[in-house]
Amino acid sequence: MNELDALFHGFAIALTWYNIGMMVIGIVLGIIIGVLPGLGGPNGVAILLPLTFTMPPTSAIIMLSCIYWGSLFAGAITSVLFNIPGETHSVATTFDGYPLAQQGRAGEALTASFTGSFFGALVAVLLITFLAPLVAKFALKFGPPEFFAVFLLTFCSFVGTGKDPFKSIISMMLGFGLAAIGMDIVSGELRMTFGWSELLRGIDFLVVVIGLFGLGEILFSMEDGLAFEGKSAKINTKVVLETWKKLPKYWLTLIRSAAIGCWMGITPGGATAASFMGYGIAKRFSPDGDKFGTGQLEGVIAPETAAHASGTAALLPMLALGIPGSATAAVLLGGLMIWGLQPGPLLFVEQKEFVWGLIASMYLSNIAGLIIVLSTVPLFAAILRIPFAIIAPVIIVVCAIGAYTVHGAMLDIWFMLLFGIAGYVLKKLDYPLAPLVLSLVLGDRAEVAFRQTMMGSKGGLGVFWSNWLVGTITTLALVMLFWPVLAFAWRKLRRSQNGAAGSTT
Amino acid sequence: MRLTMFKSFNKFCLRPLSGALLLCAIAAPALADWEPTKTVEIIVPAGAGGAADQMARTIQGIVVKHQLMKQPMMVINKSGSSGAEGIMDVKDAKGDPHKLMAAFSAIYTLPVAVNLPFNWRDLNPVAMIALDEFLLWVNAETPYKTPKEYLAAVKAAPPDTFKMGGTGSKREDQIITVALDKVAGTKFTYIPYKSGAEAATQLVGKHIESNVNNPSENIAQWRAGEVRALCVFSAQHMVYKDKITADQSWADIPTCKESGVDVEYQMLRGFFIPGGTTKEQVAYYVDLLKKVTATADWKEYISKQALKDVFLTGPEFVKFLEKDEAFNTKLMNEAGFAHKE
Repeated sequence: MNELDALFHGFAIALTWYNIGMMVIGIVLGIIIGVLPGLGGPNGVAILLPLTFTMPPTSAIIMLSCIYWGSLFAGAITSVLFNIPGETHSVATTFDGYPLAQQGRAGEALTASFTGSFFGALVAVLLITFLAPLVAKFALKFGPPEFFAVFLLTFCSFVGTGKDPFKSIISMMLGFGLAAIGMDIVSGELRMTFGWSELLRGIDFLVVVIGLFGLGEILFSMEDGLAFEGKSAKINTKVVLETWKKLPKYWLTLIRSAAIGCWMGITPGGATAASFMGYGIAKRFSPDGDKFGTGQLEGVIAPETAAHASGTAALLPMLALGIPGSATAAVLLGGLMIWGLQPGPLLFVEQKEFVWGLIASMYLSNIAGLIIVLSTVPLFAAILRIPFAIIAPVIIVVCAIGAYTVHGAMLDIWFMLLFGIAGYVLKKLDYPLAPLVLSLVLGDRAEVAFRQTMMGSKGGLGVFWSNWLVGTITTLALVMLFWPVLAFAWRKLRRSQNGAAGSTT
Repeated sequence: MRLTMFKSFNKFCLRPLSGALLLCAIAAPALADWEPTKTVEIIVPAGAGGAADQMARTIQGIVVKHQLMKQPMMVINKSGSSGAEGIMDVKDAKGDPHKLMAAFSAIYTLPVAVNLPFNWRDLNPVAMIALDEFLLWVNAETPYKTPKEYLAAVKAAPPDTFKMGGTGSKREDQIITVALDKVAGTKFTYIPYKSGAEAATQLVGKHIESNVNNPSENIAQWRAGEVRALCVFSAQHMVYKDKITADQSWADIPTCKESGVDVEYQMLRGFFIPGGTTKEQVAYYVDLLKKVTATADWKEYISKQALKDVFLTGPEFVKFLEKDEAFNTKLMNEAGFAHKE
């Protein structure tokens, strides 16, 4: 019960007017950052970090962490409304969120996404409250083979999401190729930069995504006659309540995605990987899996819950071990040091007020966040009533600003336009875009983990079954990969058995 | 401009007794002949949250807190291709006095390793504000207490049994590993990680046997008693005498040389502005960094990070850079890290 005592003490710290004010400011800023593509959580927190140097550390981290929560919530807004992911972790949300919006169910999609996010965050905070030291120890078990196994699991849970597996593979390979541009940290050599210094930064995932999804979609709509389809959705409290009524049906998806998110946040796989894995696994195991991609609420809940759970859980290794579980956590970690706190295993012992103040604020700010984002839904939905001829150019401008902001480079805008056309062509030819995006975001990390493993094992693949942890994940990944084949064989076996049984009687 | 010059003249010169006035009259014009006219960007050729980034953000914080500059200051991470992105960005910004680059030894090692068309002489050196140390760390649960014991165990094991983790490939951490192999006759398997923080966690999780992290990268794990410092790769002991663990301070750690392992390596932490800028512009930043490093906040920061307090500027800094570059290039060539066509 020590944790409970500490937690209530934490609430006492977090519940001052000053801290609540910081919380609200943080969330509102976070929502703005989350809505603007290109400007993500890490940039937002980094830009505002110097402002907090004169604040007490607890208030400072409350405000900065709230920016993060706000951006986690709000990344879904543009994904659902315009097919443009506001944040990297909301790419998977577009797959079902945007079709829902096209059917005039944007309100439902947003409510489901925010509520799923909230649920994910809540599970992760509970985990941090009661199991922090234990879970932190678990994170240490992850070496290169374990990391690779996790990435493999993410990829395998996604293969076969398209109709044509070969098109999926081609799309995935394109992503791997793009991911390999820039420095290879294992050999310390440059790859595919062709001596061009602009390519040193690599091709940023966000630029590609803004082009493929955002611009590609606009091109598509133009072909269909310059109008958004059936999006004049009404959004009021009734929609929110009705959506909530539907959610308990998806309890299994909620829990599964929350668990995936916590796992990926702690290990650290990151919110983006978590959202893809959450979506992929939900698709595979949901009874409605075949309908994913056509506008299923479950397909919105699955990635959002996982992303927010992962984003929240990423703070655990930061607090307990001093390792950042995400890019934003890395910036916060730098902040801790500047505020004069030493992150690491002793933080829980030496800075009780700070740690528990933060944890208590995570409960409060996620509740506040949910209320704030839900109340902004009508505002954002109103945008959809603006005629296409006005909104489309605005979206293109926002896309361009987003692509430019990522690195402050003009070239990225050209890349964005290029990928916009590529997105249109690929979609016309029925190539799935999800595998491309997935391998672009995880490709180089998976590659590095694999090569680190091979360096350690001197080329032996047996290392992927060298202990129960990595062995389980690898086996699980392979089962996922061959699931369609296995399911087919199982059905055939059962049928032939039934047939055999039938003939003897 | 004249007015501001006179103001600082006032502050620095008129306050002391008039006897010093003559001396000041000579020194003052260099201080304030130029001032930033828009936002100054600190370009960090490394990721957010790392050592270079933390230093840049601390300096930004100090500048804001003590109002050392009228224009705002912004930290921008350009970490692509192990920092080559940031380095080339500053090189290409010829004549732009509103960019300040946070430099470390990548300015010598990257051009050698990947044939980057860059030389630090393309830029205008401002000042070196600290030196970062490197230490040999092992997991605290292993029995090794001295570098000799540890390296003897590495040597006794079959080659490539022991794994040394570090940041990136063909950079400072791997240079030190190769130097260790040469001096001690060992054969480590070097595993490159994305950051020092990752190498630190991997050491605690026993996925590697040792690392050569900077003090700031391993301090959290050291304080918690999870890793052990065997020696520091520098000529003298470090100066910080406050106890960090139950019984050890940074100053208590022996040097590698006195422990019989003759390897030395330190890394500069300094600042450059793009080439084609004027003397006055360099002088402005030298003065700014002098003010920053004189604050109590800065002293506290470097003692927390266990950085060596050094301030070099002008010809002394250039001399240091030349020597340090020759040293790094030699080590890179000896290790076979130079770019091959």
